[in-house]
Amino acid sequence: MKKTIDDGRQTIDNRQRMVNRDNQWSIANGQSSASFVKAIGAIVWKDLRAEFRSWELISAMLVFSLLVILIFNFALELDVKTRQSVTAGVLWATFAFAGTLGLNRSMAIEKDRGCLDGLLLAPVDRSVIYFGKFFSNLAFMLIVEAIVLPVYSVLYNTNLFQPGLLLVILLGSVGYTSIGTLLATMSVQTRTRDILLPILLFPVVFAVLLAAVKASGGLLDNSTFADVSFSINLLITYDVIFIAASFMLFDAIVEE
Amino acid sequence: MISVKKLVKRFGLKTVLRGMDFEVKPGEFVALLGPNGAGKTTFLRILASLSRPSLGEVTIAGFKLPNEAAQVRARLGVVSHLPLLYGDLTAEENLRFYARMYGITKDQLRITEVLEMVGLEFRRRDLVRTYSRGMQQRLAIGRAVLHDPEIMLFDEPYTGLDQDACAMLDDVLKTVAAQGRTVVMTSHDLARAEELATRFDILSRGVIAASATRRQVKKSNLLEFYKQALAG
Ligand SMILES: Nc1ncnc2c1ncn2[C@@H]1O[C@H](COP(=O)(O)OP(=O)(O)O)[C@@H](O)[C@H]1O
Ligand SMILES: [Mg+2]
Repeated sequence: MKKTIDDGRQTIDNRQRMVNRDNQWSIANGQSSASFVKAIGAIVWKDLRAEFRSWELISAMLVFSLLVILIFNFALELDVKTRQSVTAGVLWATFAFAGTLGLNRSMAIEKDRGCLDGLLLAPVDRSVIYFGKFFSNLAFMLIVEAIVLPVYSVLYNTNLFQPGLLLVILLGSVGYTSIGTLLATMSVQTRTRDILLPILLFPVVFAVLLAAVKASGGLLDNSTFADVSFSINLLITYDVIFIAASFMLFDAIVEE
Repeated sequence: MISVKKLVKRFGLKTVLRGMDFEVKPGEFVALLGPNGAGKTTFLRILASLSRPSLGEVTIAGFKLPNEAAQVRARLGVVSHLPLLYGDLTAEENLRFYARMYGITKDQLRITEVLEMVGLEFRRRDLVRTYSRGMQQRLAIGRAVLHDPEIMLFDEPYTGLDQDACAMLDDVLKTVAAQGRTVVMTSHDLARAEELATRFDILSRGVIAASATRRQVKKSNLLEFYKQALAG
């Protein structure tokens, strides 16, 4: 019995000596903050790389979004004034529903071939995975918004490119995606995932959407930045709370 | 290398592992056998820190789970029946991604080395989506050995492979084991386990019902040994 143990150690020592001798590649210390950022970057890199090859996720979100803004405005035959007053609501409702499509797809890609396990097996803190997926999902959301906004502007002759409005859209998207990434990770583990995500997400994200619609609506109504600052502060608060909560809960959600 | 004491795992009211004890010495190749639903996958997922034990102690390479899980994961390579690869990335891109997750520097060298080992160098720039099941499984093994882990866990690696793919996988597994790694492989296919393992453990009713080394179980007797252990 003793012999087997010795033999085992022997082989391992040999192997390590071999690796050390021609030390051409090596493993960096996995605990530093630089490797934390690098690993997050790696997740975002592979998500964008795969998406820019297949266009699965962004095209689904885009087609949906464009259809909604067309249907909404043509089907209801709104006059210019009414349309102006509902623009903020329409935009955010569109982003919210398109967002669930993207979130579901983004997490399904991880789940279906077991890749989520692959991520969880990496010797990094689990928050790396959360932040990686959060930034990828945020990127998809912002790309879709960057296409929908000019289309809406041209179709309905409204200028949506105001710095204040863009800030609100960024803040709203951050809040939506932060909690959306957490809940999509949860719902993707269930059988009814496509249906479950909106049911989980909308009640929670309602507050963000409300603040975002208020702020956007105000800015489109030519209110000053000071008028909507309360809504914007609220948005920032929600963003911080949602990111912090997701950061703390993610571990519990991904481990059985 | 791996030490498991009184491990209990419950899913709700269902108890899958009931006070399981399990030891693996460095360099051993243990085949963990048992019928479907015995809890083999559950057990490997606990070792891999993908699942938390309900009770009990798990120590791997001197690190305790769950508190030192990151250190354990750095020393562990896992292959399951799912490939853990992204279909819309090439083989090379998949490995580069995982190399970054493991903090491997000069990854290009290592990626080439691994692709050569699993015989996929010639398809390195093809999307994994276009790979056959056997090629995906080989790349999955390449992914698992990328960071040169001391311990490897294989969960039914032969599932869904045809004869040729099985033979190729045999070769890769033998290479992996010959590099001095400690291996735990689950299987319900006795013949495959017999080829490779140095020890056979049988998981039944939530505990290791029997354990024997290759020498103790002569070739013709593994089936007999297995049946006896299950009959209990
Ligand atoms: N996440 C889970 N939730 C509930 N039950 C589970 C879960 N994972 C496994 N089980 C149950 O645990 C038992 C053992 O499963 P598993 O470990 O997959 O067995 P094996 O791999 O030996 O075939 C099965 O009865 C299975 O239904
Ligand atoms: Mg199994």
